[in-house]
Amino acid sequence: MRMIRTTLAAGLGLVAGVALWEGYKAVGDPQGTEILGVRLLPRASDAAMPHVLDILERFGRAELTGGDPIWTVVLAACLFTLRNVAVGFAAGGLVGLLLAVLMQRFRLAERGLLPYVILSQTVPLIALAPVIAGWGGRLQLGAYPWQPWMSVSVIAAYLAFFPVAVGALRGLQSPAPIAEELMRSYAAGWWRTLWKLRLPASTPYLFPALRLAGASAVVGAVVGEISTGTRGGIGRLIIEYSREATSDPAKVYTAMIGAALLGLAVAGVVALAELLLTRRTVVTS
Amino acid sequence: MTAPAVELTGVNKIFNQGRPGEVTALTGVDLTIARGEFIALIGPSGCGKSTLLRLVADLIAPSSGTVTVAGKPARKARLDQEYGIAFQQAGLFEWRTVRRNVELPLELRGQGRRERRARAEEMLELVGLADFARHYPAQLSGGMQQRVAIARALAVHPPLLLMDEPFGALDEMTRERLQDELLRICGTTGTSTIFVTHSIPEAVYLADRVVVMSPRPGRITGIVPIDLGERTETTRQSPGFFTGITKVRAALRGTEAAVGAER
Repeated sequence: MRMIRTTLAAGLGLVAGVALWEGYKAVGDPQGTEILGVRLLPRASDAAMPHVLDILERFGRAELTGGDPIWTVVLAACLFTLRNVAVGFAAGGLVGLLLAVLMQRFRLAERGLLPYVILSQTVPLIALAPVIAGWGGRLQLGAYPWQPWMSVSVIAAYLAFFPVAVGALRGLQSPAPIAEELMRSYAAGWWRTLWKLRLPASTPYLFPALRLAGASAVVGAVVGEISTGTRGGIGRLIIEYSREATSDPAKVYTAMIGAALLGLAVAGVVALAELLLTRRTVVTS
Repeated sequence: MTAPAVELTGVNKIFNQGRPGEVTALTGVDLTIARGEFIALIGPSGCGKSTLLRLVADLIAPSSGTVTVAGKPARKARLDQEYGIAFQQAGLFEWRTVRRNVELPLELRGQGRRERRARAEEMLELVGLADFARHYPAQLSGGMQQRVAIARALAVHPPLLLMDEPFGALDEMTRERLQDELLRICGTTGTSTIFVTHSIPEAVYLADRVVVMSPRPGRITGIVPIDLGERTETTRQSPGFFTGITKVRAALRGTEAAVGAER
């Protein structure tokens, strides 16, 4: 029942979005609205805002004359980026969780680390990405040379670890004092208290954080691909297609929709994991 | 096996010792509790009754003096799980079913799955919640949750039961029913009990001895022996019951008078 309602709400949201887009296109000024030289409303021309149907129809046509249909190109690019996202998300999630456990365990670590964890997110990604790519060029993982996609994953991880570190810390600190006293009365050490009490108690905080981290990892991977010049992913595709925006305005939107769907897919995977891990078979008597 | 259930000798507890905000929570506490004895701790807020319970449980350490449980130092007794504990809040783990909550202390003792399950079901039977084993705590009423907490405290068959106002948040009817259940359980299992309460009738009804405490600094000011024999339906109306209440009340007044004189 809840499932149906959620699907229905999501569908309604989509319809509302399309209606807003087409509605503005119908009434908006094709040259945009300016007041005192400041543009307040965007151009509604076909070049700036192609019709939704045109965008959908563009998915079916070839990328270049005689080439593959664009939806297969976008899909392939999304799958390429998905690997970077997955590696970055896993690494970032793990680092975030370990940091949270460390900060929970040692008061000093919390005081010493938390400001830097927050500081890490105020460094502009655009400035950081080339630095990470530059480091990567000089690294060697045993017998394997550093691959450019690894830099992309590092950037994704850099964005993904933050919500997990903050959310998991909050969750690990959430048990009531009496729950901790109870574990102490059972002679349970720190590890077992972590495993039996803190981790399960942290899930209401952890999963929303993971969902945020998933979205951040997608943004990180897309920006990472663009700023490191990695080929083959959806980030690169967005840049390539945007260059053709004047002649083929619908094209860039196909890539952007692809990136958005990638984000949704990652969020969906996290939601599924939450469902499986915190499932409760509720008995009604 | 002749060591008393609990023995406190010359126990003092000072919080924030040597720092601003130093508080003497307990001073000069001597108390011996025999095996199978039911002790109620009563006194005004801040008299240190919860502190005393936590000292026995080794959740905090005394500033001086010794705490012995079943002939062992309190720390050793805690590590050996010589006691079960229940608080005013049930403190159940909401992600576990009722049965798995009761299993928790057994799990931490490393007992096998089947054994654990059998014991948990036996304990739930004891508190009358066998039909709710697969429910989650959020689906139960406050009184039922508290019974689960008691089942959990009893699961390891501890020789000692520590209870910190476990019925404090319950309505009067549930409270009286649980008091009877608790006495029945302690009677059949031979468990020694320390029971912290605010309620004079509750202390008198449950206890073999009521330990009266007074604040600033927290100390034991009197011990009232209660001799009501087997508790029955008529006990709460019996003259002996009211005599007990009067005696405890008088002992508590004494502490109030003492506090008044101090000011």
